[in-house]
Amino acid sequence: MIDSLALALTVAALVAAAWALLLVALNKPLALDTKLTLGIAGLTLLLEAGLLVQAVIGIVRLVGTDRELSGATFVGYLLAPVVVLPLAGLWAVAERSRWGASVLAVGLLSVPVMIVRLQQIWAGHA
Amino acid sequence: MPEDTLARTTRSGPGRLLIAVYGVFALAATARSAVQIATRFDQAPLAYLLSALAAVVYVLATVTLALGSRAWRRVALASCAVELAGVLAVGAISFLAPELFPDATVWSHFGSGYGFIPLVLPVLGLLWLRRTASAPRDLAT
Repeated sequence: MIDSLALALTVAALVAAAWALLLVALNKPLALDTKLTLGIAGLTLLLEAGLLVQAVIGIVRLVGTDRELSGATFVGYLLAPVVVLPLAGLWAVAERSRWGASVLAVGLLSVPVMIVRLQQIWAGHA
Repeated sequence: MPEDTLARTTRSGPGRLLIAVYGVFALAATARSAVQIATRFDQAPLAYLLSALAAVVYVLATVTLALGSRAWRRVALASCAVELAGVLAVGAISFLAPELFPDATVWSHFGSGYGFIPLVLPVLGLLWLRRTASAPRDLAT
């Protein structure tokens, strides 16, 4: 679809996921009181904003295209990461041990998977 | 162990990660099953019904593990047990009689299409429930 945005979102999600796993390895809770934890929170918020932009652009493109696409599935993969990421964030922040960051990592890693599926559906083989 | 401590222990530490992964699978399985049943149910009714069953089990496991009271943990235990039985049975049948499943389910080939997470998840769920059943209060920290 919009390859540059999708690529940027994928890279951001992978960087943030690696960051989250680093926090797990360092045994740091997501307390949002250090540079490391505030940094990942900021990156996750940026990613969420980017995913919202992708959802809007994606829906506009879907409405504008004449091609045969599985529209409902496409919209599902546009909206799912927008919903999943904040849920993972809330579920992660409520944990007061290193396992909080691992929850965020799961949410972040689901984003590239959904972006790949989005690209496949847009390309027409899904 | 008091009821609210049990619930908190169930959803803390590794339990919180377990519930998060269950949540992702609940969402994915529900969405996938809804699309299959709405768009092409007659192509592979058995596979799609099993997908729907898997979706229900994942949602149940996610919610009941997060609630975590004594009663809800029993439902969680049953969900994980059904899930393990499902992935083992469907996994075996998909190799022995592939013609029964013209389209893949989450549990086909023991969940190989999903990195075998569907096979590992119920085992971890059962182990976690067993471990927290008699857990000391500081297990989560």
